[in-house]
Amino acid sequence: MSKKDKVFTVKVRRDFCKGCGLCIEFCKKEVLGTSAKLNRMGYNPAEPVKPEACIGCMMCTQVCPDLAIEVYSG
Amino acid sequence: MELINNWPKYYKKDVVTHYCPGCGHGIVHRIIAELLEEMDLGKQAYLVCPAGCAVLAYHYFDFDVIESAHGRGTAIATGAKRAKPELFVISYQGDGDLSAIGTAETIHSANRGENISVVFINNAVYGMTGGQMAPTSILGQSTTTSPDGRNPEVDGYPLHITDVVANFPGVAYAERVTVASPAAIKKTKKAIRNAFQTQVDGLGYSIVEVLSPCPTNWKMTPVQSCKWIEEEMVKEYKPGLLTDKREERRKDRAC
Ligand SMILES: Cc1ncc(C[n+]2csc(CCOP(=O)(O)OP(=O)(O)O)c2C)c(N)n1
Ligand code: SF4
Ligand code: SF4
Repeated sequence: MSKKDKVFTVKVRRDFCKGCGLCIEFCKKEVLGTSAKLNRMGYNPAEPVKPEACIGCMMCTQVCPDLAIEVYSG
Repeated sequence: MELINNWPKYYKKDVVTHYCPGCGHGIVHRIIAELLEEMDLGKQAYLVCPAGCAVLAYHYFDFDVIESAHGRGTAIATGAKRAKPELFVISYQGDGDLSAIGTAETIHSANRGENISVVFINNAVYGMTGGQMAPTSILGQSTTTSPDGRNPEVDGYPLHITDVVANFPGVAYAERVTVASPAAIKKTKKAIRNAFQTQVDGLGYSIVEVLSPCPTNWKMTPVQSCKWIEEEMVKEYKPGLLTDKREERRKDRAC
């Protein structure tokens, strides 16, 4: 299977996210947006809004200062 | 489903740091933890924390960490490395720590060519104490102690401390990088890897200066802070390799 056909799943660990918005800015596929609901820390965390568009480029995990994003293959 | 980005072995599991949203310290912490794992240095690693926002980093790293008095990181690192050369010694310091109160330690440890690695987080302010002007604040930058902007007639000019020490023969490797984009973060990891390898190879002092956002004290969003680094801060502090004397040092060591 080429990388192109691979399926990736991005998850934001919502209670570990500080809502800084860096992942939202740097995801060129606009996979991530802001959740309307506050998390445990009182931030509006990031959440996948177009999960099917994830290409597994790992830009979001590079910029996340809080290791709040997990990317799975499959 | 298989997790691609496994949690770094030398970062405490499920850590929630005290850093502000979008702070660059968290990004550089992750890079250090990943590199110690990739380079298999975690067991002998010994990191010196600064006074500054990274003062609590010992809560996050899962290897030996010691706390220094403000600015004295490279003095402690010198002692540790000389007493136990088998340790892998990192001094982690902010710009207030390294280039203001710690200037003497910085200059002399670099000039002695101590075989240590310094990770220097330059966010152009004193973050922890509320955003006062640092020696590294850029001209015109508004801070709590320069509300009308840094004025060179009163406040002097931004201090390029990494460029200064890069001139010393004992400094084998010096590079300036940023964490303002995913591509820049990859370069930062490569630079810190080179710095770490310099120490492993016994070639002398290595330092990586990281231009790093402090959104809280810059009074910007994290995204605006990254733009400010890329549009303003890099004009004063040009990223790139400042010195690489590793080959020279290797030849010296061989004869
Ligand atoms: C001897 C001493 N003087 C002053 C202080 C107060 N102090 C704590 S952190 C700090 C500046 C930190 O700025 P920086 O090194 O740039 O780190 P940042 O917080 O921006 O990461 C100062 C002046 C102190 N802790 N010890
Ligand atoms: S980069 Fe990390 S902390 Fe920032 S919004 Fe995205 S998941 Fe949250
Ligand atoms: S004050 Fe600045 S350096 Fe300190 S944690 Fe907040 S963003 Fe980071």
